[in-house]
Amino acid sequence: MLWETFRLAIQAIFRNAMRSFLTVLGIVIGVAAVISMVTVGQGSTQQVTADVEKLGTNVVMVLPGQDTMQGGPGGTADPMFTLRINDAVEDQIASVALSAPISQSRARVIFGNENRRTDIVGTDNRYFEAARWDLNRGRFFELSELQSGKAVCVIGETVRESLFGFADPVGETVRIKTLSCEVVGLLKSKGASTFGSDQDDFVILPIKTFHRRIAGNTDVSTLFVSVRDGASIERTMEEITALMRDLRRIGRGEEDDFEVVDMEQFATMLSGITDILTGLLSAVAAVSLLVGGIGIMNIMLVSVTERTREIGIRLAIGAQARQVLLQFLVEAIVLSLIGGLIGIALGLALAVLGANWLSIPFTPDPGIIMLAFGFSALVGVVFGFFPARRAARLDPIEALRHE
Amino acid sequence: MNEIPQIELTGITRVYGKGEIAVRALDGIDLTVAAGEFIAIMGPSGSGKSTAMNVIGCLDSPTSGHYRFNGVEVGRLSQDQRALLRRHYLGFVFQGYNLLPRASALHNVELPLIYKGLGRAERHNAAHEALRKVGLDNRAHHDPSELSGGQQQRVAIARALVGSPQVMLADEPTGNLDTKRSIEIMEVLQDLNRSDGLTIVMVTHEEDMAEYAQRRIWMVDGRIERDERTRKAA
Ligand SMILES: Nc1ncnc2c1ncn2[C@@H]1O[C@H](COP(=O)(O)OP(=O)(O)OP(=O)(O)O)[C@@H](O)[C@H]1O
Ligand SMILES: [Mg+2]
Repeated sequence: MLWETFRLAIQAIFRNAMRSFLTVLGIVIGVAAVISMVTVGQGSTQQVTADVEKLGTNVVMVLPGQDTMQGGPGGTADPMFTLRINDAVEDQIASVALSAPISQSRARVIFGNENRRTDIVGTDNRYFEAARWDLNRGRFFELSELQSGKAVCVIGETVRESLFGFADPVGETVRIKTLSCEVVGLLKSKGASTFGSDQDDFVILPIKTFHRRIAGNTDVSTLFVSVRDGASIERTMEEITALMRDLRRIGRGEEDDFEVVDMEQFATMLSGITDILTGLLSAVAAVSLLVGGIGIMNIMLVSVTERTREIGIRLAIGAQARQVLLQFLVEAIVLSLIGGLIGIALGLALAVLGANWLSIPFTPDPGIIMLAFGFSALVGVVFGFFPARRAARLDPIEALRHE
Repeated sequence: MNEIPQIELTGITRVYGKGEIAVRALDGIDLTVAAGEFIAIMGPSGSGKSTAMNVIGCLDSPTSGHYRFNGVEVGRLSQDQRALLRRHYLGFVFQGYNLLPRASALHNVELPLIYKGLGRAERHNAAHEALRKVGLDNRAHHDPSELSGGQQQRVAIARALVGSPQVMLADEPTGNLDTKRSIEIMEVLQDLNRSDGLTIVMVTHEEDMAEYAQRRIWMVDGRIERDERTRKAA
């Protein structure tokens, strides 16, 4: 009987194939959206983790506090760091191999007729070592250049490509704001990171040069710390925290005005962002599922009205009300499951494309797929029930008289 | 005869609407039908024939009075039980044909058997057999839209008899047919009545068709005015 009902539902659905397709479009879009969002989201989370591991798990970053609530609206942000603090971290903590100071802003780099807005980073050679950058051409900074704040720079592959095309940039002079500086080195490409953000899209200056000519202050925004092999990351982080509190004169009981994160935490932080995004987008997708469900209810109600005579005939020849109910319910469920299946296929296809485009891994999650499938069945049950009940409650004689 | 009658109506009324506009479609019907009888119900339009058929067919509930089917008080049955009664004991041929439009003759005929829970093969055999009885097996895979009026009526009869009911209720089964087709159908019904002992209650306007029945009931204004045995009765 159930199999019969199922076959009947399939027949009814394909009798009106076009309408059925339009009916399930809402479900298709909803499910496809959920599947593709979540799959891409999870792929990028994986990518973050992979990126971070590529960077080295022995890296710790120190950032100024980011708790804006602390300052209140319009309140002062936590103060930046200084070169003195950076060097203290490197010198006074035994398990720190090196600590690179980083200052950063965005500006336009100009060469001839070409120009590009990019990240301008002020640091020193310790950063290249800690972040594992290799040279493609030229050299890193010389000690004298770092000490005197000379106008030289090392550029990333993307900047080279956009300003120099296929020409060799080393020895050329580029302009950043009012600063004319000589390109002394070109970094080896690291490629895109998570979210497709391009790691090679930056220009690096000696930090002294950056402070004097670009920033106009001596702030350091990040300490990029490399922990000695074999040393405990956790203990090192504790020591950094203790030293920083001391240097920044934070009293007992007061909160840190800086953050020490290791790469693992950093990864969690980043994937937290992707999780929030995924969640938001999934909520939007869920709404479209709801709309899809209402579409199914609407069309099922139309179908019940259209098939009133059919229902009357079935009741007259001995169908019980619950069998009619089941028939229409199964039809709604099958309809939305078909929508769900199409949606899953479409969603996975979109996720493959998206993963390709963002160059992140394609990681389909069976759990989410099952969930989407189950959810579309649920939509069928919930939104199919009302029309089905209406069908089952028809009076056979009235139904037969219906035209 | 001291047997329990198959159909027993006592004091049946069916009133549509209330108060001033109330229509007494059935106004106190007493009727007893024994198993194996072939009855023709006649009467002017609006006299309550279809209403009576609906009550006998357990599709409609009388406003008052008692209806016993095989001795069972139908008024006491639940909606589901009445559905089972229709499914297992009754076959309906409606005034219109009332076939499923986009389904083959075969599917239309096997429909009651689906609800009886028969398997596919069994259903197809029985449906073909029923179509053969009405001389339509060669049209089994045609949709109603591809069949003539008489052929559709015969599909409806095949559907009514496929579940081997005890009673067939036929509301103007020849209403839209020419004389030749009408006679064919009446012969099918007469044959079923004689060979299978099927009880038939048939509504008709035509004297010629009523001739086939053993008993004739004349209705006027919701009452039975005459109830007579025909000469031709077997
Ligand atoms: N659903 C209804 N609501 C109100 N009145 C109805 C309804 N169905 C039937 N009637 C009335 O009941 C009376 C009997 O109708 P019924 O259909 O039984 O007549 P009939 O004898 O079958 O007529 P015909 O020969 O034209 O088929 C008529 O006066 C009709 O108007
Ligand atoms: Mg009638």
